[in-house]
Amino acid sequence: MNMQAVEAATRESAPVLTLEGITKTFPGVRALSEVGLDLYPGQVTALVGENGAGKSTIVKILTGIYQPDGGRIRLDGQDVHFPTAQHATTAGITAIHQETVLFDELSVAENIFLGHAPRGRFGLIDTARMQRDARALLERIGARLDPALPLKELGIANRHLVAIARALSVEARVVVMDEPTAALSQKEIEELYELVERLKAEGRAILFISHKFDEIFRIADRYTVFRDGELVGHGAMADVDESELVRLMVGRSVDQIFPQRVSAPGPEVLRVEGYSHPTEFDDISFTLRRGEILGFYGLVGAGRSELMQALFGVTRPSRGAVHLDDAPHAIRTPADAIEAGIVYVPEDRGLQGAVRGLPIFQNVTLPSLRETSRRGFLRMAEEFALTRRYTDRLELRAAALDQDVAELSGGNQQKVVIAKWLATKPRVIILDEPTKGIDIGSKAAVHAFMAELAAEGLAVIMVSSEIPEILGMSDRVIVMREGRMAAELEGEALTPETLVRHAAGIGEGG
Amino acid sequence: MSLAERATIPDRLNSRLQRAATSWELLLFLVAVAIFIANSFASPYFLNAWNLSDATFNFTEKALIAFAMALLIISGEIDLSVASIIALASTAMGAAVQLGAGTPVLVFVGLATGLACGAFNGALVTRLGLPSIVVTIGTMSLFRGISYIVLGDGAYRGYPASFSYFGQGYVFWVVSFELVLFALFALTYYVVLHRTNFGRAIFAIGNNPTAALFSGLRVRRIKFVLFLLTGLMSGIAAICLTARLGSTRPSIGFGWELEVVTMVVLGGVNILGGSGSIPGVVIAAFVMGLVTFGLGLLNVPGIVMSIFIGLLLIGVIALPRLWTIARTR
Amino acid sequence: MAFLKSREAILAGAILLLLALIAWRFPGFVAPDNLARVFNDTSPLILLALGQMAVILTRCIDLSVAANLALTGMVCAMVNAAAPGLPVPVIIAMALALGALMGAVNGLLVWTLAIPPIVVTLGTMTIYRGIIFVISDGQWVNSHEMSDAFKALPRAELLGLPVLSWIALVVVALFALLIVRTPLGRAFYAVGGNPGAAVYAGLNVGRTQFWAFTLSGTLAGLTGYLWVSRYAVAYVDIASGFELEVVAACVIGGISIAGGAGTVTGVVLGALFLGIIKNALPVVNVSPFYQLAISGGAIIIAVAFNARASRSRGRVILKSAEHAS
Repeated sequence: MNMQAVEAATRESAPVLTLEGITKTFPGVRALSEVGLDLYPGQVTALVGENGAGKSTIVKILTGIYQPDGGRIRLDGQDVHFPTAQHATTAGITAIHQETVLFDELSVAENIFLGHAPRGRFGLIDTARMQRDARALLERIGARLDPALPLKELGIANRHLVAIARALSVEARVVVMDEPTAALSQKEIEELYELVERLKAEGRAILFISHKFDEIFRIADRYTVFRDGELVGHGAMADVDESELVRLMVGRSVDQIFPQRVSAPGPEVLRVEGYSHPTEFDDISFTLRRGEILGFYGLVGAGRSELMQALFGVTRPSRGAVHLDDAPHAIRTPADAIEAGIVYVPEDRGLQGAVRGLPIFQNVTLPSLRETSRRGFLRMAEEFALTRRYTDRLELRAAALDQDVAELSGGNQQKVVIAKWLATKPRVIILDEPTKGIDIGSKAAVHAFMAELAAEGLAVIMVSSEIPEILGMSDRVIVMREGRMAAELEGEALTPETLVRHAAGIGEGG
Repeated sequence: MSLAERATIPDRLNSRLQRAATSWELLLFLVAVAIFIANSFASPYFLNAWNLSDATFNFTEKALIAFAMALLIISGEIDLSVASIIALASTAMGAAVQLGAGTPVLVFVGLATGLACGAFNGALVTRLGLPSIVVTIGTMSLFRGISYIVLGDGAYRGYPASFSYFGQGYVFWVVSFELVLFALFALTYYVVLHRTNFGRAIFAIGNNPTAALFSGLRVRRIKFVLFLLTGLMSGIAAICLTARLGSTRPSIGFGWELEVVTMVVLGGVNILGGSGSIPGVVIAAFVMGLVTFGLGLLNVPGIVMSIFIGLLLIGVIALPRLWTIARTR
Repeated sequence: MAFLKSREAILAGAILLLLALIAWRFPGFVAPDNLARVFNDTSPLILLALGQMAVILTRCIDLSVAANLALTGMVCAMVNAAAPGLPVPVIIAMALALGALMGAVNGLLVWTLAIPPIVVTLGTMTIYRGIIFVISDGQWVNSHEMSDAFKALPRAELLGLPVLSWIALVVVALFALLIVRTPLGRAFYAVGGNPGAAVYAGLNVGRTQFWAFTLSGTLAGLTGYLWVSRYAVAYVDIASGFELEVVAACVIGGISIAGGAGTVTGVVLGALFLGIIKNALPVVNVSPFYQLAISGGAIIIAVAFNARASRSRGRVILKSAEHAS
């Protein structure tokens, strides 16, 4: 019945929005290469792909935040382009973004109508009408919120509803939903599905981005799969099953050949017991051995980075203990962690990793200044020598060692951050999404280097959302979901399907 | 793939000479030379050793504070209370004089007051996590306000004769004690900022405090020390200025915070933190001193000079940006 | 209920407590006509603090307001001395325009050249102040050089209140309308609260900041005329250092220096708090020299208090924690 309806709809209608040959390149990375996307009125198209596949980039192009380098966008068969966010909105394309971008100090109604509030006498904002309209919108999506309430008093789930209401406050023909259920509870998700159904019935085209297979199969009519910035498949949901989608998503990429590793883990280095945080993660226990690569897999927001930052002393756990070589260690600051031999290559390179503005060699020696200096005075020659030792090994590409790190490509910045930590001669290195947003060549170099480090006896923790990377590199994988350990997998049990199932909670009544 | 095939990365892209040739400091230096030449043509009294020596008093005390302020601004913070610290330290010394304190005690009181004020600012910023600009606007009123409470419209006088050496003494010929102090601190701050681990940490924190913290730097402690240093230098400036004037009024050093910040920014320190140099601040001190002195010789009143200082402050930041905009169009 | 927990309510409570303390020993201070006098005396501070509020909301700061006030005031006084026949409304229009122009200069430097606001306004503050000296040659414009109409306006009484007070009340009302009911007013909050998201919402951050500076300048210009005509004197140093008192009123009134948060009510209360202290000191026989230290202490306490109240929460991942909080 449903299938027939889809086919009927597809036959009847032409796509409202068509993207053709869209290409977008960032310095050092090709985010999208000649991808296409069709959105049909009254249908939900699911866009699936791993992190870094280019999903967010296409959303930003659709909504006028980014300009494509090549390709065309057609609305009702007419070529259009969106130089600003306002243009996309005016054309009837509206988005509910991954990060809820809203304004704490404004009211619910103002958040919904910022930029296009109804005006009354003297051009003043007609507050009464705005609140009435807001209330109507909120009721339409089943949210019982007081439109006059300041946004700061709302929890995350309700903020999401406001974001949805904002997206619907304009006469939208295309609604983009970028992981709309990521922060919602089961009941709220059900309400969202109802909303999607209603939008479909109203004839709007919906682009639905999600990592959760159960919901894709539940609400989507069509699918499009991106992998590494390329379109790898599309069609009707009725013609595809779960394993086929996973296969398309993960693929067997010719570019990604992982280093051969003979894993021979040595004695235990690190033992974490019952690590807990009031709001971010709960009861995490694991061990790590010399020469081992331990993968941490999970969806974005599963609490992996938060756990790693607590292990590195950035935040403090509420409970739990860390043992290094069987001796308990209290890690209160990053300085403590570095002292103990635990180092952390953060996911957010620009904010937490590289000190942009400082030259390469000063970045590398920052935590090792005690080694390169004498009585607190810098010795540049020592700094250059230390830097060279590690940048050569990592095959860094740069014009000179005194070049500003900000001028390097993402992959080379990452190498600088890794070099910085290796120079401290750590015992445990935590790599948080080590190859996110870097080019294929640098990726391979980072992978090879990780294998080398493990072979030398370093204990490696790798947080990654990329399934091939997790599978290709890890000896053992811990899957996290919603702040807790969902599974610990190794050997035969370690497959793309098991990873995705545990991370998304498929087969647990959902 | 072999080592031989891979080009080795050089240590430095440009030689030190090349970098010096395109530096802000050189441009500033040329400006200073130009002003010097213009002044010597404009007034016959300019090229006189004693007159030039007198001119240095225009900037030495402010520059002492500017050195510490440069470090603080590079680290991403600011202290607008420095002039008020001068007032409070001077008032404390004046009160000590009334109790019969001698010169060593006065110096101690001046330094201790400066340190205490710096510690107060530093604690509010680093312990409570408050924005330094608001905190120091507050303490700017508070510190000077305490001076007003103590002194009202009165003044402290009667500083011992030996105390006046700090503001009026000469070490050798026309070389004043203040000028020697200026040179010594310039050298010290140069070494600290550009040649020590501590200085490197300041740059790292100013460019990216989060990554600095993630690299194991004790960010809050370092910032606290910088507030402490700024307070200490303000205390030293208070000693020199009080000794030079021979009296304390609560309005002492009024408005100096702006001149100190101007000196630092003119010296090429990024007001948003992360970059700057002590040589730049030193040259900027000379530029401001020469402008003030030259215009003074031409009988231009002080307030009009402040127009030049204000234009200089905006101009030095605006011109490079205008240049970039013009080039990219 | 929500109001009782708000910063404004706490500040209002503090003001009432302050008044009660003063009234306990000096009941005359809380007599209606004296309170009206205090309000009148605080009016210039209120006017400037409103403009500063708009600027701070957009994550900027305007340190040039007092210099703007003084320069506009001097120009008004000199024009009046030179052409006593010129009607006062023309002078007021001129004050508004000149103030707006000086504010716009600040705004343009911030918007187009992206120079940090503190640098821009530190610079223009000294420049504007210096220009007063240049145009006046350091001379005072005294009472006898000003026309009677020029001096009379702020002091004229209307329904028992001086015109100065009425102007402050009208401006507060108009400003509240602007802040709460116009797209520009709401944009101040959006741009300061979340500049990144403001771009997504189609707002131009720089242009919004420009308008905030222009608004601040316009109010400073208006206050310039009122100040000079009320005190019947204009010289280089009038309102020297007043910019700090203005920032203090905003900070005490709960305007977050990080931008995007605060209310008109808060700012007016913050200004009144400072005004009451200033006027009460002589009454309670405390030297007026205490005023500076008290406002400094009040700034620090207020900013520490506000920071505690608005400490941001981290991301909540655990479902149990989300429902618990």
